[in-house]
Amino acid sequence: MQTSRLLKIAAVAAAGSLVLAACSSTDDSSSGAPGGSAIAGPIGDGEGAINILAWPGYAENGTTDPAVDWVTPFTEATGCKANVKVFGTSDEAVKLMQGGGWDVVSASGDASLRLIYGDSVQPVNTDLVPNYTDIFTDLKDQQWNTVDGVTFGVPHGRGANVLAWNWATEVGGPEEPDSWSVVFEADSPYAGKVSAYDSPIAIADAAVYLMATKPELGITYPYALDQTQFDAAMALLEQQKVLVGEYWNDFAKQMASFIDGSTLVSTSWQVTVNALQSEEPQVDVRVKAIKPKEGATGWSDTWMIAKDTPNLNCSYKWLDWIVSPEVNAEAAEWFGEAPANKLACDLTANADHCDVFHAGDTDYWTDVYYWNTPTTACLDGRTDVECLPYSEWATAWTSLRS
Amino acid sequence: MSTETIETKTDSQIKPKIRSGFWYRHPRLRIAGILSAPMAWLIVIYLGSLFALFITAFWQVNDFTGLVEQKFTFKNFQTVFSDSAYYQTVFRTLGIALLVTAFSLILALPLAFFMSQVVPNKYRALMVAMILTPLWASYLVKVYAWRSMLQPDNGVIAWFLNPFGLGSPGYGFIGIVITLTYLWLPYMVLPIYSGLSRLPDSLVSASADLGARNFRTFRSIVFPMIFPAIVAGSIFTFSLSLGDFITAQIVGGKLIMLGNVVQQTYVTNLPFAAAVSTIPVVIVLMYLFAVRRSGALESL
Repeated sequence: MQTSRLLKIAAVAAAGSLVLAACSSTDDSSSGAPGGSAIAGPIGDGEGAINILAWPGYAENGTTDPAVDWVTPFTEATGCKANVKVFGTSDEAVKLMQGGGWDVVSASGDASLRLIYGDSVQPVNTDLVPNYTDIFTDLKDQQWNTVDGVTFGVPHGRGANVLAWNWATEVGGPEEPDSWSVVFEADSPYAGKVSAYDSPIAIADAAVYLMATKPELGITYPYALDQTQFDAAMALLEQQKVLVGEYWNDFAKQMASFIDGSTLVSTSWQVTVNALQSEEPQVDVRVKAIKPKEGATGWSDTWMIAKDTPNLNCSYKWLDWIVSPEVNAEAAEWFGEAPANKLACDLTANADHCDVFHAGDTDYWTDVYYWNTPTTACLDGRTDVECLPYSEWATAWTSLRS
Repeated sequence: MSTETIETKTDSQIKPKIRSGFWYRHPRLRIAGILSAPMAWLIVIYLGSLFALFITAFWQVNDFTGLVEQKFTFKNFQTVFSDSAYYQTVFRTLGIALLVTAFSLILALPLAFFMSQVVPNKYRALMVAMILTPLWASYLVKVYAWRSMLQPDNGVIAWFLNPFGLGSPGYGFIGIVITLTYLWLPYMVLPIYSGLSRLPDSLVSASADLGARNFRTFRSIVFPMIFPAIVAGSIFTFSLSLGDFITAQIVGGKLIMLGNVVQQTYVTNLPFAAAVSTIPVVIVLMYLFAVRRSGALESL
């Protein structure tokens, strides 16, 4: 009896404090135009510390591989002691930035706009980043890093989501597929051995295919889908689900799936394909990757600075450091993507790196649609309809997978 | 010298006396002192987080930034129960958990009987150790091992069954059930084994003396006595299966379980994930309530 009364009192007290805590946190989700202006400069001495939030492989400090380290030299050069945290998804990055305590972040396009409009990041004065001038021009002033002419970050690198297939088994005949139809159409010769990326952003893959195959839908940008276009994309994904053997969400799992033969064709990343090709002597897998004729989705990542950072000088120094030719070459090669700095191409350990990843090949990127955050206001500029925001994409994807 | 020693001795004898006297006279304080740390853990961390989870299920998120907004809504629960895709997942998960429990029981009963009644005493510890050994290996290693065994074209199971005109079940529902049964079997074997070990031989002998055959002895003597142990084991296998999501990711093919829905939505829509997570909690509570009604928990 005694304990149960005690328990009740304590439970009520605990519940009360939780409710209080919940109510006291204020709700200031301003979703208007991003405010603030970039600092004028000049950049002074470092504050002695910097907290870096990065994709895996973007800020290596020697813990993964002692030979791979461009964070320690940064600290030696600038005196900014770096604290690196790695995140696994764009959604996680947004959550962490909203929590505060981080100075810089490597944001993909499906995170950067949420950060800008969520007031988590500040504009960047690119004059204070000397290496910015050498960045490929088709990466600058893009929708996911620049709003109303204000730049919010420095490009890091980019890659396309490619179509990879195992041609050793020749299920579909000897000729190479050149279209996404093999992963979408019901008559695919690879039925049951198709794999797809397990994320809401994969809806854009379907939209890219529809842009080419169903022009009557009027899709011009795969991240701006109104209800009709969205329903068409989901219907295509339902059709794809019948063909799918497995969905993948990390690159190691996809490699395993290709190697054991469960997957013959899939959306993939260049880095996965390279890793599989390097295994070829040992395993019976012959994987090739192409960007199909319909075009593809992709990513273009941006280093951004937190709105209220106490380490502004160190943050600018990091932005300049990570896109400097040497470091950008090292980072892009380690991760397996195209560097942002054109001078980096002369410095990669593998001289062909920039050719393999199409770094300077502007034509290659014209039909690559970098990940972006869908919003209610259509990103393609249409004002007569409402588009589906990312939260709807997420719900629809979970429903599809259930 | 000697008086001094005596004095200090008495001093040190009196002091604890005072202390223990104090605690003796204040039994409630004594209990509070002993229980406050574990109770604080239980209430604040354990029940508190469950409560926070339940409250969160009634909030909503900002469409664009994904931030949780504390505005009351039933929408999350409505979505879970109105979209047929989700209750399909609920029933699928429930089916998997029940099948895993049933198969674990079918495998564990004879195994535990063998360990406790047939194996000579000196080998019993070895048998228990062998049952426990898989628990020492990493969960992921074991699931990936099953992935390669279940591989439809060249896996061990396909190789074994192909000569009989059968194939591997492949990745999917059956693959998940097999893998989870393998993972949680020790949690079923151990309680039943200890239940059977406590079974007095004399009762079994008496049953035989009175003319009961094996099945009658099992039904009337053994089963009622180990029933609480079976319930204990089933609580483990059932609730562990209900919450699992990694196995479904690796050997589930395109099938997902409730845990995967939570995992997919907790960053983009935390309140919805919270609403989904309350489902297994409610199911397990109902299960516990049912076995409590049967009186099995008291004799544990």
